[in-house]
Amino acid sequence: MELLGQYNYWVVFFLMMTGFYVVIARGNLVAKIVGLNIFQTSVFLLYISMGKVSGGTAPIVADPGSLYSNPLPHVLILTAIVVGVATTALGLALVVRIKEAYGTVEEDEIYAQDDPPHGSAPALAQGSETATADSAGEARR
Amino acid sequence: MSLGTAIAQNLPALQVVLPLLAAPVCLLLGRGRAAWAWATLVAWLGLLISLALLLQVSDGSVLRYAFGGWAAPWGIEYVVDRLAAMVLLIVSLIGALVLSYARHSVDAEIDADRQPLFYTLLLLCLAGLLGIVITGDAFNLFVLLEVSSLSTYALISLGRNRRALTAAYQYLVMGTIGATFYIIGVGLLYMVTGTLNMADLAQRLPELAHLRTVKTAFAFISVGLALKLAMFPLHLWLPNAYTYAPSVVSAFLAATATKVALYAMIRMFYTVFGAPFSFGTMHVEWLILPLAAAAIFIASVVAVFQHDIKRMLAYSSVAQIGYMLLGLGMVNLTGLTASLLHLFNHALMKGALFLALGAVVYRIGSTNIERMGGIAREMPWTMAAFVVGGLSLIGVPLTVGFVSKWYLLLGAMENGWWPLVILILATSLIAVVYVWRVVEAAYFRARPAGSAPVSEAPLTLLVPIWLLALANVYLGIHTRPLIGLAGSAAADLLGVGP
Repeated sequence: MELLGQYNYWVVFFLMMTGFYVVIARGNLVAKIVGLNIFQTSVFLLYISMGKVSGGTAPIVADPGSLYSNPLPHVLILTAIVVGVATTALGLALVVRIKEAYGTVEEDEIYAQDDPPHGSAPALAQGSETATADSAGEARR
Repeated sequence: MSLGTAIAQNLPALQVVLPLLAAPVCLLLGRGRAAWAWATLVAWLGLLISLALLLQVSDGSVLRYAFGGWAAPWGIEYVVDRLAAMVLLIVSLIGALVLSYARHSVDAEIDADRQPLFYTLLLLCLAGLLGIVITGDAFNLFVLLEVSSLSTYALISLGRNRRALTAAYQYLVMGTIGATFYIIGVGLLYMVTGTLNMADLAQRLPELAHLRTVKTAFAFISVGLALKLAMFPLHLWLPNAYTYAPSVVSAFLAATATKVALYAMIRMFYTVFGAPFSFGTMHVEWLILPLAAAAIFIASVVAVFQHDIKRMLAYSSVAQIGYMLLGLGMVNLTGLTASLLHLFNHALMKGALFLALGAVVYRIGSTNIERMGGIAREMPWTMAAFVVGGLSLIGVPLTVGFVSKWYLLLGAMENGWWPLVILILATSLIAVVYVWRVVEAAYFRARPAGSAPVSEAPLTLLVPIWLLALANVYLGIHTRPLIGLAGSAAADLLGVGP
């Protein structure tokens, strides 16, 4: 029964592993950001779970004798949520720029554009690398 | 209370708050020189503050600053001891020199309308890194880690090559996973101890050391920080990030970011969990040592085969982080001293090398070894500084690189680990190979056909490069102050007298 009683931790670990798996397994850059979000959300739940006091109310102290949950994890997670939002915003902004520069948000297609799969002569690719890089940089302006 | 005493009493806070508040001002100053001048001024003030802090704690005292008057462990506490002061000094020194250098390099590499944003981000990153070093609160460390990381991702994405975008994205994903692992670990610690203050955690953890929660927390924190400090094989984000970032950013990150993450790891292992738990119970050294040895060997060999010199230095950085971790894994005073010395010295050498490369990019627009052929005849001072940095990287006597490698060898011998002694010597020879490739190309080859003649880099670039190059030599000859500082900081960590 104890295992079932800690169901919130099971949820935490399920979300954590789901998010982590999505980050690793998906090639779509937007999907990776979504996975990262799920991963971070699991940590929010972990903190909120540990702050909960059985039978406690929300930590708005009206009557000094009342039983209330530990407010500190809430505050910490408020900060972590802000950090998570900033990370998501920056990640999505990067995806937009990548889409502009490469025309795709699929990881394998992006790598195929930068490092053409074998067939083209590697020595030639090395020599022209900086030149194409510079022209790509110019094109972005 | 006069202004002087008010400043003196609030130095630990000012160290972080000054660049943090100064950062948005860069945006208001708009395009042109003003943003750069302001950021540089703030960085130099930061250097003065860290020097003042170092003087205050050089006798072994510990400076504790309660933020907003809330006493620890309830409030956030800033703690400056000799170790923190030493890392603060190197971070703010690199910050001041890199920003002084930045003007021309940034003009050449970043669009004028993005420059105020660039300086804002650089100051935010500096504030975050300084904050990680100075804070005495485990959760505050996470917040500052993210302040520095988020600004770093944006800084990397400003590189001219479109691959800078994918490099920044890759780093964002891996960096966020690292930081989230860290925060999971801190959460688990809070679960069992009910505190986030590092000194308080250190007091309460020994009696809880048998709990699986604490061991899990240790594992999460170690892996999270290992990702941030690019411990092999979690270094995959680093080569692309350093290669495609703007020159100034590469120099700044290579010299500071991974070092600060290593500092955080040392803090966690020694101050929070304590050496008996980290090394006695968890035996983390048996994880660190083989990975560090692999990093040193594999990354050094990979560096030899790079065509892009920036990428070569990036792989060399992974190897050098291996040396620092090796010292940490020896778990003796000499090894830890070597680790801290190398942390400081590597910042000096890689700072000089990346800044010299920045000057090359400024003139020829590339760091490809083919395009750098014969460049030393046209840019003698820049390449001479590169050679000084390279010698230090190899560990030639009379440079700082020799001092830290010497201590590393002593530490390995103290433990009787002769294979490691051989590894350190052999990989130094590999470093000779990859530094020589650049020297051979720059000094003994002709300029590639069709390349326009270039002149020496402007003085504003050369002065910071040479200040760092000369620091490599000066501290390599006058070794006593630095060894004394690193030795006493290591002794503080191990709790074995002064």
